[in-house]
Amino acid sequence: MSLVAGPAAFLAVLVVWPLVAVLVRSFEGVGPGRVAEVLGRGSVRSVVAFTVGQALLSTMLTLALGLPVARVVARYRFPGVRVLRALVVVPFVLPTVVVAAAFATLFERYAPGWRDTLVPVLAAHVFFNLAVVVRVVGGYWAGADRRLDEAAQVLGAGPWQVFRSVTVPRLGPVLAGSAVLVFLFTFTSFGIIRILGGPGRATLETEIFRYAVNRTEFDVAAVLAALQLVVVLGLATVSAAFQRRISRAQRGRVRPSARTVAEGGWPARLWLAGALAIVGVVIVVPIVVLGQSSLRVGDGYGFDNYRRLFTTGDLLPVSAARALATSLQYALVAAVVASVVGVVAAMAVTGGSALARPLEVLTLVPLGVSAVTLGFGYLVAFAVFDLRRSVWLVPVSHAVIGLPFVLAAVVPALRSIDPRLREAAATLGAGGWTVRRLVDWPLVRGAAVTGAGFSAAVSLGEFGATSFLSRGGDSFTAPLAVARLVSQPGAALRGQALALSMVIGLVVAVVAALIEWRRGDRVSLL
Amino acid sequence: MRRSTTRPTGTHRALAVGASLAAAAILAAGCSDSSGEAGGEVRTITSEQVAQADTSGTTIRLITHDSFNVTEGLLDQFTSETGITVEQVASGDAGEVVSKAILTAGEPEGDVLFGIDNTFLQRGLDAGLFEAYASPALADVPDEYELDAQHRVTPIDYGDVCVNYWKDGVAGGTPPASMDDLTKPEYAASFVTQDPETSSPGFAFLLATIAAYGEDGWEEYWQKLADGGVTVSSGWEDAYNGQFKAGGEGDKTLVTSYASSPVAEVLFSDPKVDTPPTGVVLDSCFRQIEFAGILAGTEHPEAAAKLIDFLLSDTFQADIPLNMFVSPVNSEVEVPAEYTQFTATPTRTLSLEPSEIEAKRADWTERWSQIVTR
Repeated sequence: MSLVAGPAAFLAVLVVWPLVAVLVRSFEGVGPGRVAEVLGRGSVRSVVAFTVGQALLSTMLTLALGLPVARVVARYRFPGVRVLRALVVVPFVLPTVVVAAAFATLFERYAPGWRDTLVPVLAAHVFFNLAVVVRVVGGYWAGADRRLDEAAQVLGAGPWQVFRSVTVPRLGPVLAGSAVLVFLFTFTSFGIIRILGGPGRATLETEIFRYAVNRTEFDVAAVLAALQLVVVLGLATVSAAFQRRISRAQRGRVRPSARTVAEGGWPARLWLAGALAIVGVVIVVPIVVLGQSSLRVGDGYGFDNYRRLFTTGDLLPVSAARALATSLQYALVAAVVASVVGVVAAMAVTGGSALARPLEVLTLVPLGVSAVTLGFGYLVAFAVFDLRRSVWLVPVSHAVIGLPFVLAAVVPALRSIDPRLREAAATLGAGGWTVRRLVDWPLVRGAAVTGAGFSAAVSLGEFGATSFLSRGGDSFTAPLAVARLVSQPGAALRGQALALSMVIGLVVAVVAALIEWRRGDRVSLL
Repeated sequence: MRRSTTRPTGTHRALAVGASLAAAAILAAGCSDSSGEAGGEVRTITSEQVAQADTSGTTIRLITHDSFNVTEGLLDQFTSETGITVEQVASGDAGEVVSKAILTAGEPEGDVLFGIDNTFLQRGLDAGLFEAYASPALADVPDEYELDAQHRVTPIDYGDVCVNYWKDGVAGGTPPASMDDLTKPEYAASFVTQDPETSSPGFAFLLATIAAYGEDGWEEYWQKLADGGVTVSSGWEDAYNGQFKAGGEGDKTLVTSYASSPVAEVLFSDPKVDTPPTGVVLDSCFRQIEFAGILAGTEHPEAAAKLIDFLLSDTFQADIPLNMFVSPVNSEVEVPAEYTQFTATPTRTLSLEPSEIEAKRADWTERWSQIVTR
């Protein structure tokens, strides 16, 4: 009970209150007739269908391409595995506006026929979200006992049968968890749809923005936001129930085991080649295109764009380097806040409290609710005490968005702990906190670090909420700088925006690689 | 059509924010009850009141759009003259600034709003966002820029949205001579513009066509553009940097941008050039005027008024062109040669009444969608 209180209060202030405040204000004087009229519009129905459809497609594609990579990362040791793991996280932080431009370029160059289809949108979504599947599922997979698979093989099961009847059921909770994260991420897609979708393709998110900002029809925006919220709550409820059901049957994990590719023989080599091909096409090619453009100086190549990051004056309120420093500070704060609140929330969620389930659902809301709605909500709700001016608002809002990632990593880890371990500890005289410290903590520590890492990455790349809450100057972040730089003509500004994006990506790659390296060869839960 | 964007203030909220704010909010909300005339009761700040007020030690907030940019230290000059500290708050693009102000009407996030333009003006006025103040500095501003007789907003700068062309490559080196030319196949197929629903320059160009061809002719004009193969992008960034030749990847040679875009093409060129690689179709320009206003509900009306005076001062006005790529409204101010040299001077400036824009915006953009995006 007491464990629920902390995270619940955190979310009540930062999510529930602003949402309620903005919806209440927008619905003032709006009758049920108006709501029915908006929901009945054919255009709204097709927007909902498109939003859900593209999110489903993106999720399935991301899973299909992410699972083989997750398996390789979890099951095999090979030179460069850490680089691979660090690499997949990079897209996560790259500014949407630059990535979208890179994909537009790629498709224009190599597949102009697909430029006006949904394919570029899906490709960009996979690019951004592959990390979620590879890291979250891969981390859990690495901890799953391989001997079960082998036992099944010995008993005569083919590879597909092993995958279907042994691997999938065991990975169920984490698979469902990461699928929900990817779905929510793409369900609320904004920048990618705006830039790559082309006219006529709209998600609920872009429509909420259009009605609220371009048309100031706040009532229509509010109806759509409420609709979005209902879908998210429904999905979160189903996912939470699903996860509980499977994970109860899946306890008792043993020491993880990974082997070298050489030991794995030719199937291992095939798997590795497949994973490298996927990462190469989906992630490396777009990054190379970005990198190449960032080095273009006039008709040749050079580092001029990178040097300019340290100058002020060109349109930015602070130098790009300073904006990056601000972003890094925010990422640190967001990671600490999200992982502390997230671990407590995960304990509460896996505990026996009656409020555990609502809390689990609530933690997913920030991912699935539109940044526009939440941003407007902050403006309305936090007028009190002038909270909307607080310097903490931006990093804390990032932590709120990072929270679902911490839970996605930590909750399955906690659920996988054999209750007998706890009982044994308790029998030996350990109190509640001692059990948590000695039994739970060593097992969730790795998952907590993964979650913290994702929160930091989310924070570094976050644009939507930040653009609403940042007040320029001291709270001017790197993604805002990128957006600002590409908003004026001039090759020098564009080059600087590309260089800054590459630096953001590089910083994340280095941090992720450092974490990998510090962990040594020990294959744990990430 | 009048939009009911102002709403009665609930007492619970009024209690929470204090009696003084509530009074101001009710004042602002009063507008919604006024008869047909937009605006209704507006608090007026007089220049005598401002002259007598001791404002030293006050801190006020200036809400701006993201494109607001001044030379470092410029606002410190205002502080040393008046004792007023200014906190600048960037609040999104022009549309976001206005919609946020409307949503927080009565409990404004700041004291002065800069960046509402003539395409959004009526919406802000209808929502009762501003208090009236006739700055003495308006003496140097031509009447054509003052669109509100009640002085609820003060013009600060203006600029033009025009079709730009890439000199090297546009239809074999022959740029279109006029807006009419754009519908010819050799131009229309190379032209990328923005969706007026999602882009401010895109909307301005739609308004330009409505102003030029009238209610009866603009749809036909767009039909010809569509038949000729015009490309529509959702925003300026993708259109200009992505699809237009300037970005290095695109193949379009015509794009909707600004009369001042050639200036930025020289100033931020790489490698450095002394003449812009782009030009402007001079009869395609829609005039945008940007205003500042004192937000209703401010606790510092006199200090806010002094900031309005400062925004019209020679110091600030001269700083505008090379930082925001628009022109100062103060006709007495000397504009840097770097700016004037390459900023296109339109052969005609197309414009429409703010009230008409607000009333017909949704209808126009919907009709536009029918033609262009099928």
